[in-house]
Amino acid sequence: MRTAALAFSWAMAILACLFLLAPLLVIAAASLSPTPVFDLPVGGASWKWYGRIASLEGFWPALWLSLQIALLSTALSLVAGTMAAVAIVRGRLPGAEAFAAALVSPLMMPGLVLGIALLQYFRGVGFTASWPALLLAHLVVTLPYVARTMIAGLSRFDFTLIEAALTLGCTWPQSVLRVMIPALAPSFLVAGLFSVLASFDNYPVSIFLTDVRTKTLPIKMLQYIEEAPDPTLAALSTLILLGTLVLLVIADRAVGLSRMAGTAE
Amino acid sequence: MIALLPRVDRDRRVALLLSGPAGLILLALFALPLALLFAVSLQAPPGGPPGGGPGLSLAAYERLLTTPHHLGAVWNSLKLSLAVTIITLLVGYPASFAIARAKGGWRSLMLGCLFLPLAASVIVKAFAWTILLRSSGVINTVLLGLGIVDAPVRMIFTETALIVGAVNVFLPFMILPVFAVVAQLDPRLSEAAATLGANPVAGFLKVTLPVTMPGIVAGVALVSSLSVSAYVVPTLLIGERYPTLASTIAKAYLLSREPAFGAAAGVVLLVIAVAIVVLSSRVSGRVGREGRA
Repeated sequence: MRTAALAFSWAMAILACLFLLAPLLVIAAASLSPTPVFDLPVGGASWKWYGRIASLEGFWPALWLSLQIALLSTALSLVAGTMAAVAIVRGRLPGAEAFAAALVSPLMMPGLVLGIALLQYFRGVGFTASWPALLLAHLVVTLPYVARTMIAGLSRFDFTLIEAALTLGCTWPQSVLRVMIPALAPSFLVAGLFSVLASFDNYPVSIFLTDVRTKTLPIKMLQYIEEAPDPTLAALSTLILLGTLVLLVIADRAVGLSRMAGTAE
Repeated sequence: MIALLPRVDRDRRVALLLSGPAGLILLALFALPLALLFAVSLQAPPGGPPGGGPGLSLAAYERLLTTPHHLGAVWNSLKLSLAVTIITLLVGYPASFAIARAKGGWRSLMLGCLFLPLAASVIVKAFAWTILLRSSGVINTVLLGLGIVDAPVRMIFTETALIVGAVNVFLPFMILPVFAVVAQLDPRLSEAAATLGANPVAGFLKVTLPVTMPGIVAGVALVSSLSVSAYVVPTLLIGERYPTLASTIAKAYLLSREPAFGAAAGVVLLVIAVAIVVLSSRVSGRVGREGRA
């Protein structure tokens, strides 16, 4: 009975892994398609689509915009989220639990609803510039990931270590910089990674805040797929996937994927 | 501010100061916009009934909840969410046990299988399914080649395709929260139950299920609220003919410029998402208590 249950759970895990990887493998194979219609290469493979990535119209500005927004909103969320997490975990903050719940609540929020709410709001206050609107919107997207991870990370941090550092002659800034920040480094990494990915792939919030010249990468990609798809997009996606794979290997070495997954609840 | 940190636990003002920026973001960019959205959804439609000036009106909600087409969109969203949640739970729950019990390299490999797709763009994954499922696609080629079917099976633009794609996108959101709980679980717990005379089924129902309930609930809440509001996957895998709440919202804002109607659809979607989260946490509380009792 127990063996059967174990075998069943292994079967499901392997099935889930193969099923999850299937679309990624299809994209990688389609990027080598010899014809423009996404045939999986049966006869010969062709690298020509990779050569065309650079000439994709509007892709580099979109990629650059997405990177800017993702990195900036993550940096700001890390600062604001960590400060709030310190106040929640350590401070005598009135209503700390309610505040923690409120910080995480945008996670459960349908992206489209947040998108139209912000569109309406920005219009209402006469705020029409697309770039800052996108950045502000992505703050709401990224802050919950950072807050959740940093609250979990800080509740495992032993604050007496700071007092110990003080006793040993460190000044306050020194003890925070040399003791607290290094001890929290894995949490910063996990929070930052989730936050960058959440912003970088965000479609439903961004779609309402873009204008003709300011389009993020996901918006450009969906537009491309709907208009005239060819394997160039698959080539670009494969490169992004390879980049992500490298990031994951680094994260596994630095923090361990198991610890990263442990923050998922 | 860092210089003030030692007094954090004694000084409320510092705590308030520290939570200031995040609080401000929440208030100015989350709470206020949502309040405004609610107000917009109650706006009277332009050119309404004669004599009815501008004011509050439930017209947008009435239109959404009485027109068969729009009611169908609400139903489609709920149906998709329910189907995806059930399937991801049936596959993800047992799978997370194997991943949590796996050793070293195997565990990292399987977690990598979860993280890599999670990091891949939803758009790219949905697009990959259109390649896999179309008439001249991989699955049909294999089926034809093996002689299982004589003519290509129409899969793309069907509800099945939509569910397959959505399960693929949302499965990691079910496995990860359950894994987070199971990984902290002591495997000796179920052995102890067995020693105390519980048969495996009773041991599972009385011990394992209740203690893993927080993970299940987190997963169910995440997957159901994400899939009820999915936009990209239905757009690519089933298209225009299958209206959902999300596509209704997008259309109202991006095409037909009817903010009041779009806002009303947004409020309905929000209420459904919040109801799912609240309901699932209630259920987990009850099962958890009964399990321990």
